[in-house]
Amino acid sequence: MSLQTQDIIKRSATNRLTPAPKAREFQQEVAKLIDVTTCIGCKACQVACSEWNDLRAEISDTVGVYDNPRDLAPKAWTVMRYSEVEVDGHFQWLIRKDGCMHCSDPGCLKSCPAEGAIIQYANGIVDFQSEHCIGCGYCVAGCPFNIPRISKEDNRAYKCTLCVDRIAVGQEPACVKTCPTGAIHFGTKEDMITYADERIVDLKNRGFQNAGLYNPQQVGGTHVMYVLHHANQPSLYHGLPNNPHISEIVKFWKGAWKPISAAAFVATFAGLVFHYMAVGPIEVEEDDVEREKEFEHQARKAFHAKNAKTTSTIIEENRHE
Amino acid sequence: MLFNRRQFFKICAGGMAGTTVATLGFSPNVALAQTRQYKLLRSSETRNNCTYCSVGCGMLLYSRGDGAKNAVSSIFHVEGDPDHPVSRGSLCPKGAGVLDYIKSENRVKYPQYRAPGSDKWQSISWDEAIDRIARLMKADRDKNFIAQNEQGNTVNRWTTTGWLVTSAASNETGWLAFKVARALGMLSLETQARVCHGPSVSSLAATYGRGAMTNNWNDIKNADVIIVMGGNAAEAHPVGFKWAMEAKIHNGAELIAIDPRFQRTASVADLYVPIRSGSDITFLLGIINYLISHNDVNYDYLITHTNASLIVREDFNFDENQGLFSGYDENTRHYDTTSWYYELDEKGYALRDETLQHPRCVWNLLKKHVHRYTPEVVNNITGSSVEHFIHVCQSLASTKTNNRAATFLYALGWTQHSYGTQIIRTAAMIQLLLGNIGVMGGGINALRGHSNIQGLTDVGLLSNRLPAYLELPKDSQLTLEQYLTEKTPKPLGPSEVNFWGNYPKFFVSFMKSMYGEKATAENSWGFDWLPKWDKTYDVLQFSKMMRDGQANGFICQGFNPLAALPDKNAVREGLSKLKFLVSIDPMPTETAVFWQNHGESNDVDPSQIQTEVFRLPANCFAEENGTIVNSSRLLQWHWAAATPPAQAKYDPEIIARIFLRIKELYLEEGGPGQEPIHNLSWNYSIPNEPSAEELAKDYNGYALADLKDDNGNITVKKGQLLSGFAQLKADGTTSSGIWIFCGCWTEQGNQMARRDPTDPSGKGIHAGWAWAWPMNRRILYNRASADANGKAYDQNKLLIEWNGNQWTGNDIPDFPTTLSPDTKAGAFIMNNDGLGGLFCLNRLVDGPFPEHYEPFETPINTNPLHPKQIHSPAVRIFDEDLVRLGKAEQFPYVGTTYSITEHFHFWTQHARLNAIIQPQQFIEISENLAKQKGIKVGDTVKVSSNRGYIKAKAVVTKRLPTLTVDGKQIETIGIPIVWGFTGQTQKGFLVNGLTPHLGDANSQTPEYKTFLVNIEKVSSETSIA
Repeated sequence: MSLQTQDIIKRSATNRLTPAPKAREFQQEVAKLIDVTTCIGCKACQVACSEWNDLRAEISDTVGVYDNPRDLAPKAWTVMRYSEVEVDGHFQWLIRKDGCMHCSDPGCLKSCPAEGAIIQYANGIVDFQSEHCIGCGYCVAGCPFNIPRISKEDNRAYKCTLCVDRIAVGQEPACVKTCPTGAIHFGTKEDMITYADERIVDLKNRGFQNAGLYNPQQVGGTHVMYVLHHANQPSLYHGLPNNPHISEIVKFWKGAWKPISAAAFVATFAGLVFHYMAVGPIEVEEDDVEREKEFEHQARKAFHAKNAKTTSTIIEENRHE
Repeated sequence: MLFNRRQFFKICAGGMAGTTVATLGFSPNVALAQTRQYKLLRSSETRNNCTYCSVGCGMLLYSRGDGAKNAVSSIFHVEGDPDHPVSRGSLCPKGAGVLDYIKSENRVKYPQYRAPGSDKWQSISWDEAIDRIARLMKADRDKNFIAQNEQGNTVNRWTTTGWLVTSAASNETGWLAFKVARALGMLSLETQARVCHGPSVSSLAATYGRGAMTNNWNDIKNADVIIVMGGNAAEAHPVGFKWAMEAKIHNGAELIAIDPRFQRTASVADLYVPIRSGSDITFLLGIINYLISHNDVNYDYLITHTNASLIVREDFNFDENQGLFSGYDENTRHYDTTSWYYELDEKGYALRDETLQHPRCVWNLLKKHVHRYTPEVVNNITGSSVEHFIHVCQSLASTKTNNRAATFLYALGWTQHSYGTQIIRTAAMIQLLLGNIGVMGGGINALRGHSNIQGLTDVGLLSNRLPAYLELPKDSQLTLEQYLTEKTPKPLGPSEVNFWGNYPKFFVSFMKSMYGEKATAENSWGFDWLPKWDKTYDVLQFSKMMRDGQANGFICQGFNPLAALPDKNAVREGLSKLKFLVSIDPMPTETAVFWQNHGESNDVDPSQIQTEVFRLPANCFAEENGTIVNSSRLLQWHWAAATPPAQAKYDPEIIARIFLRIKELYLEEGGPGQEPIHNLSWNYSIPNEPSAEELAKDYNGYALADLKDDNGNITVKKGQLLSGFAQLKADGTTSSGIWIFCGCWTEQGNQMARRDPTDPSGKGIHAGWAWAWPMNRRILYNRASADANGKAYDQNKLLIEWNGNQWTGNDIPDFPTTLSPDTKAGAFIMNNDGLGGLFCLNRLVDGPFPEHYEPFETPINTNPLHPKQIHSPAVRIFDEDLVRLGKAEQFPYVGTTYSITEHFHFWTQHARLNAIIQPQQFIEISENLAKQKGIKVGDTVKVSSNRGYIKAKAVVTKRLPTLTVDGKQIETIGIPIVWGFTGQTQKGFLVNGLTPHLGDANSQTPEYKTFLVNIEKVSSETSIA
């Protein structure tokens, strides 16, 4: 496929001294714009996402609200969040499509200890490379938007890929294509901001004085942005963070702490080297080695007598030696 | 694997060092990063159209296998067709999940049989099933066929077996079913239109001449004001609603939602107006009163294109105290409609007064009729605030100018009332006052339900219809001549087009299509072979007949009457009395298993039910070629992407096999009324498997002899396909099964398969995409977009214009191309007065003007306008159903049913993707009612009517308003319909257990939108059924 290692600009748990190849950095940044003001909450995006990605969440139950599945899940990468609110005396049913924001400064990637398990492409997409995921959950803690979910089946983290497989071949994400009212748009980040500006003018003309774009700079901006009627109160939209930021602990652990721990490691290693130079290697007596070999031989015999049922298993075991 | 101690230490130390190095980011290697492979490469891509609603979205079906003989193709992905002018790549949650419908694990794959009294299915071979069904049908027909009625007139009818044909079936399947059913003499031949948009057909035809959506989906983008009322377009037609949002975003349109619930449309509207369910006529007549009294009327349009100036008979009257029009007979509950007509001159032409001074001109009668509907009365009856009401009036009034237009989008919220036809008519009248019909961005847009409900309405699958809005002859019409005379209207003006004047051409061509060479002038084209009706055998009538033991057989082809017809318990009682039931469906329907015990959802004892049941597996849309007609009359051909699974067969093949077996049995055994069976035209290359292509050409029609013009030149050779209904003749030289479809498959090829998305005008016309009836006209009555002289009212929205010699423009004229405006011929060519009907004469049974009546179960126990006449006086209601009605004292809340966007009726309960996004039955109540009843969010509640009950989870929401009507607090309980007990969703109740068994006065469409219920809390637990 047309996206490969040279298109990666950030990798989790990778030192700046040995970065990913990133010569192909001159790429258009892409973005998804979710115009909450034209969203009818039909969930076509949820279905298209699951259909394209071959995901089927469990058939659950209804708890008295429209939200289903009730939350993001390893097999539900986007869900609609419904909020009934009153703003300035006007009742509004605010419906927000929730999912990965594809931050420019991704908290998940920053906090991930598994090398290359989370990557960011030059076009802005943050993607999980699940075969490298160790299921530690740091990405969940690191995400300012509470997006990744760890699967109980395979202990790996999952989230929206921005349909990187479609974008790689020049298509828009599945949710964008299917959106009936055009509430989800896709294009270059620049074009999306331009389109958002048009929408905001229209909304202001219709009396939404606080209409605006949600593209939080605390995470370096995002590649999924919202047009909101009340951009001054993002939290109205089912708790969209007013001030999203990467947790201070993650920042400390992956920021200030990292060189300190590296220095500690270097110091320990240097200590070993100096010890070797000053004291020399540990001497082992020949007898000790022989005794150990004999003991091992006996143990091996006993082990095979007990466990081996066929010759082939012994051969197998021997081959392992 | 064994290590010694030293090796173990080495490994541990190495591992730790490596991990530390890696953790600190000093890893020397680069892990492979790769995006998921693009899964559609080299898969087969097939164009089709969505099988759910009538937006008719374009779909691309992706299947495995490249056509190699050894590969079995299988659809594995579906997405939107970006070229499709309406959907432009979008699909709603149902369409986006259609893969899980096509590939549903619930699909019926083998023929099955349920013996009388049995509690299980057993397998049966196709041959056995077909033979057994044919024998059962023949036995019933032989026993109950009525060749002559009591008066000794030939009627050739068979009423004891009914047939429901799905509105998701293609035109071709519908046409074949029609042919077979009518040849057998069946009268109860119905489709979902009966329970859905029947009132749209009656009201719009009575007002404008045709019973169809006037404009089209794309055209909504040209509107300046969009009123969504009696429907929830965002919820039910999300992709079509795209164009309402387009109007809002790029045309600065105002979007107003008027509904008992703050629903998905309201969530993106500029204004939401709460209204009591079933009070729409009052709101709309109030608007008319406002427009007239504020002079907010497009007078030029009014005089030119409506019947405002025509003079009504002296004996016409409306009694405001009695609430009745002239001619009412209390005993028969019928109107004699003679007085509802114009004054005619000696030539039979209607008198008019273009100064609008005459006291009995329609205009003055209308003024008088609506003066009672003041804003205060509107507020009292509807519960809508005066402020909101005035806002709506003013927004609409702004479109009386020629450069602005308003559109109405509606659906079942208007149709499913005992006066549904009259609600729609009121809105249709508003649009005439404002000059919004026949123009871009205007119209009364009936958003139809099923994907081909428009098509099967066109095919004529309704008990007393023939194709293309011809009427099946009735008992009293003894001869062809009498029938044609009664059905062919005379023009009410000297130069009116009066297109129905061509009725004989359409009828004879239809008969030639049915009976081919056997239909001759001598035998009146086989007139006697058509069954003659004594009453309408609509599904409500048939449901009663089942209950009364007057029906024996029922074929349910893609129709789920147990869930779809009112008063489910009464329907189940009827089904239990049948001898046989045949379900032909890709999915297991509740109807097919009505005899199975499903706990509280369907609590029956199978051993007590003696009905023989057959379940035959049919193909779904993705596995066939054929056409469906979307809401805006667009005939779109679609292509198969796979074959039906396992033993499933194509619908036409199943119909053909049953029919041919019956025919064979008649040859072997004899029986009554055989002529039409043997004479039915059957020119299909494989008789058992008529192809969609053959059937489509059949209904388009052929020249049966060389057709010549006035100068004797041959225009169409014998055997050629016709290119339009203008070529049809009444002398037996042409055939055309469905005259309005004539021109869809010509010598130039299949017009319905055209896929040119271009739109040179930029106004959403897309004339090269598929083919719209009639004659590819995209906006009906477009002559009305120009003034009396033929000059377009708005050059920026030019549809057609008179250029001195002919009508030209962006659309195809819905008018004779060379008929000069000087003739004064009216724009509404299907009406014999050529005019839009503010007064609709005797075309409806319940009044030439709309009037407010209460639903049969009213929460206020009175009609504030005329307490003596609470309900619509002309509604048919059976005695046994009358006693099943409830009263407000016992059932104080208004129940209203509807669909939700995540599901399509009872189909998507079988599609996993849709089951995931809305898994369990719920109802919606206001916070106010919840508080009164001690109900909390998520509690299980029981909703009951006088006929039955359901249990569901409670959604307690601010979106349901409490209204004050006639001094009383009115609570509405919202009841979505989409759950059953056979799907992958959690088991639920069919909500039609609640609804009353009565319908619209003109079309018998059931009153599902307003009835009385009570509610109580059951428990706080999750499980409900």
